[in-house]
Order: sequence, then C-alpha cells, then structure tokens
Amino acid sequence: MPTNFMPSTEEYFRILPELILTLAGVLIMFLEALRKEGQKSNAGGVTLATLVAALIAAVMAGGSPGPAFHDMVFVDGFGTFFRILVLVVGLLTVLSSQSYLERHDAQIGEYYGLLLFSLVGQSLLCVSNELMMVFIGIEISSIASYIMAGFLRDDKRNNESALKYFLLGSFATAFLLYGVAWIYGITGTTNIDGIRQALLNNLPAVPLPAVGAAAALMLVGFAFKVSAVPFQAWAPDVYQGAPAPVSAFMSAGPKAAAFAVFTRVFLTAFGPIANRWEPILWIVALATMIVGNFAALTQTNIKRMLAYSSIAHAGYVLVAIVAHSEAGTAAVMFYLASYAFMNVGAFAAIVDYSRRNEKFVNISDLAGLGQKQPFTASMMTIYMLSLIGVPLTAGFFGKFYIFKAALESDLIWLTVLGLLNSAVAAYYYLRILVVMWMHEPGEAAESAPEASFGVKAVLFGSALATLVLGILPSLVLDFANRSANIIK
Amino acid sequence: MLPLPPGVPTAVPVTYYLILSAILFVIGGAGFLYRKNIITVFMSIELMLNAVNLSFVAFAYKFNKADGHIYSFFVMVVAAAEAAVGLAIILTVFKNRQTLEIDDIDSMKL
Repeated sequence: MPTNFMPSTEEYFRILPELILTLAGVLIMFLEALRKEGQKSNAGGVTLATLVAALIAAVMAGGSPGPAFHDMVFVDGFGTFFRILVLVVGLLTVLSSQSYLERHDAQIGEYYGLLLFSLVGQSLLCVSNELMMVFIGIEISSIASYIMAGFLRDDKRNNESALKYFLLGSFATAFLLYGVAWIYGITGTTNIDGIRQALLNNLPAVPLPAVGAAAALMLVGFAFKVSAVPFQAWAPDVYQGAPAPVSAFMSAGPKAAAFAVFTRVFLTAFGPIANRWEPILWIVALATMIVGNFAALTQTNIKRMLAYSSIAHAGYVLVAIVAHSEAGTAAVMFYLASYAFMNVGAFAAIVDYSRRNEKFVNISDLAGLGQKQPFTASMMTIYMLSLIGVPLTAGFFGKFYIFKAALESDLIWLTVLGLLNSAVAAYYYLRILVVMWMHEPGEAAESAPEASFGVKAVLFGSALATLVLGILPSLVLDFANRSANIIK
Repeated sequence: MLPLPPGVPTAVPVTYYLILSAILFVIGGAGFLYRKNIITVFMSIELMLNAVNLSFVAFAYKFNKADGHIYSFFVMVVAAAEAAVGLAIILTVFKNRQTLEIDDIDSMKL
C-alpha cells in the first residue's frame, strides 16, 4: 500500500462544499421523517443556511487550488466559478420554491433534500478531473432532478415530465459512459489531463477513428445534457411539465455544470484532436440557435417558450466553445452566469402568478400585468431585455464576449448567423413585453395574488445581478479571464 | 476437465468481448428507440449500461489493471439507483394514466 494512501486534510477541504451539502441533505431527510404531523417544516431555512455555508466553503476551497483524491478532483478558478454559480442558482431556487410547495401541499423537506443532492452532483461536476467522476457527478445531479421534475406526483404533466427526463437522460448517460469506456480502452486512463497527454504524446500511434468515435459518443451525452440540437427534444416537454421553480433550476444549474464539464473535457482532453470536433460543433451550435429561436416564435406557453429560448442560448454558448480560446472559455463562464440570473428570474416571475396547478402559464395570461403588478412586470421586463441582449443588461455583454471570441477565432460566418439569430429572438421576447404592458388586464391579472416574499426577493436579486453584470461586467469577467486557463 | 485440442486458444481474445459489448449496446439503443412499452424501454437502457460494463472489464483485463473493474462497480451502483428512481417514476405514471404505452404519454404537444 502506498504511504500517501490516506487523503490529507487539505484534500477534504477541497471537497468541503460537497461534504456540507451531502450531510445537510441527509440531515433534512431525517428531520423530515421525525417531524410530527401538523408541525411546520423548517427545511427551507436549514437549506438556505447550508447553501450559504457551502458557498463560503467553495470560496475558501477556491483560495487553495490544487488536486485532491489522486487527481479525481481538481479545484481551480474555472471549477470554483461554476461551483459558486450552481450554489447561487440553488439559493434562488430555494427562495422561489417555498410558496409554490406550500400552495400544492407538497413534501417540503424531501424537496429540499433532493435539491441539495442535485447540487452535490453539479458542484462535483464543476471540479471533476476524471471521466468517471464526470459520470458520477452527472448521475448524482440527474437522479435527484428526475424526482424533482415529477415532484407533484398526482399531477399528470409532472409525471410525464419526469418520465421523459428520466428516460432520455439515462439514454444520454449510457452514450457518455460508452465513450468513457472507449477512451479508457484507447489511452488506458480516464484522467482528463492524462488523456490529453496520451493523445499528444503518441498522436500518430493512436487509432484516430476510435478516438473520434469515443469523442462522438461523449458529445452525444453532453449534447443531451445541455439540450443541443439534435438532442434537444426533451427540453420543452420537461420544462413545461415540471413545477415552475424546478424548471427554473433545471434550466440554469444542471445546464451550467454540464457546460462546465463539456468545456473542460473537450478543450483539455480532446484538445489535441480539436480540428476533428470543431466542424461538428460548428454545425451543432448553428442548428441549436436556429431550432431554439424559430421554435420559440410560435409558442403560447411561457414555460415552453423559455425552454426553446434556453435551447437557443445553449447554441450561443456552443459558439464560444467552438472558438476554442481562452477568451472563448471566459465568454462561456460569463454567459452562463448572466444567463442563469435572467432565466431563473423569468421562471420565478410565473411561480406565484400561475396559481394552483399552474393554471395561468400562457403568454396571453400575462395581459395587463404591468397595470396590476408593476413590480413583477418591471422585473420581467429587465429579464426579457437581457435575454434579447439589450445594452446595459448582462445579456448584452454575454453575447458581446461570445461573438468577440468567435471573431478572434475567425468564425465569421458563425458570428454573422448567430447575430441574425438573436435578432429573430427579439420578436418573441418583445411579444411578452407588449402583452404585459399594452394589453388590458384579463382574468389572470385581475385575480393575481401578490407574489410571496421569497419570490420577490428572487425577482429583485436576479434583476439586480442582471443589471450589475450589464453595467460593470468586469466584476465577473476579470475573474473569468483569470481562470479561463483550464488547460494545464 | 478435458484437455483442449491443439491449436485452440486458451483464452477468448479481448476483441471478442468488445464486439459483443458493441452488439449489446446497439441492441439496447435500438430497443430504446423502437420499443413501445416503458418498462422495455427502461430495460434497454440497462442493457446499454451493462454493455459498457463489459467493455470496461474487458479493457481492464487487457491492461491487467484494477481500475476498469472498479469502474464497472460504480456503474452498477449508479444503475441500481437509477432503477429505483426510474421504476418509482414509471409507477406514478401508471397510477395516473393506467397505461404503459409510451405513445399514450403525450399530453404536451406543440
């Protein structure tokens, strides 16, 4: 047995956020089982405290970067950035879920426990440096979110959403895993840096078709997870059917974590064969933007429209990955951060508005929201403008850095087509603004209850973050630029 | 045990396992795409995961290293967790709809 078999304290310190989340998740599950009938659950408060503690731990772990557990995990700036991002998304989800769960008499403790478990997986994904860890992180995150998607188990749409998410998610994971097995067979390692070294050192000897096949299998798996064309079909059904706070969570947290690991694996491990996968990803990025934007044009359901919009935004992020440069990586980081805020905010706006069993989730139901609830409508306006990419919002700089990175990498056509796409997207976001501010209040707006405190806090916090990132992008971008050097 | 006749290899070559694994994976994928019963679709996914396990074990045998064997245990544990959650989801779907035909689960359309 090697002498250094026992992990050092420092190594545990580097996975402290995951440890905190796991312990708290288990604790919440226990407390929920011991809770007496009629006693109010305080799981929400415990979850909030846990997430704050995990955030502090993530920041501190980021302060001492390095490997842990035989290179299974590597804590660096890139990973820390995404760790913080998914934890913040978790915080926003907790705040926007409470009133929704109470309204539906749902099992509050279990929901928060699952949320924490899902975050464990995502947080682990962000720092994993091993394809096996990637697999396990994806599964921890996914299995918990399958249950969350169908959390109201007597609701038919919830069931359907969970079933589709589960079947297609597991199918995608099988592809990813088969890719991992082949990479292991070709290079003899599953370590991301090890694969890079193996490919670099004996590139002539390595059977390229086999490596390409393995990379393609993994690409299928990742494309499913980030809902890229042609593997995007699950996203609209799942986001539409799942509870609104869960849709908010799924469209931001797991997606950010999946993009983090996608970027890391393809730029680092498959960097030596970049000329093989870049053309494929070029087409995927373009197709994702086009399908997302054009399908969103005709949607009547807000959640479904936001699902297509999230597909389109995945396309923009893919453009930055195709750029394959440090500027591109920084753009991925900045864009996912700004996207998380505006998207969670947009979903949160309908959490309380939709009422029990999500009665009012059509775009026409928003008619007159500006008159009846100017606060919610104003916040929604900020998110929609940011999703379009109007200056002074986070969305503008997000797109700006992505297309700047693309131009620097000579992706002129992709940039032009991407910009045309975001012009198309303006139509369906502006339609929401028109309905909200210019139509007379309908039945939904007349009877709309005041949003709960938690939802208001999320609306305000996300709008503030959207504006701050839009006015002072350097706050996040500097950090992103410093930590974009993920290739070691 | 009977002695093998001369000229017959004593061990099955690794490539045979890999080909078997690929065949199983394709059968699983085809089952996922073409089967109509949710339980069968789910079984197809399990078949795909087990095909991957076979690859891992075969590669580990080739390299004479332990890690591939350990990975297959990871996959089994995850598959078990997935089965627990998946079957529960399938059960609630059945309770609400009294059907396991995948084409009937289509309440959300464009």
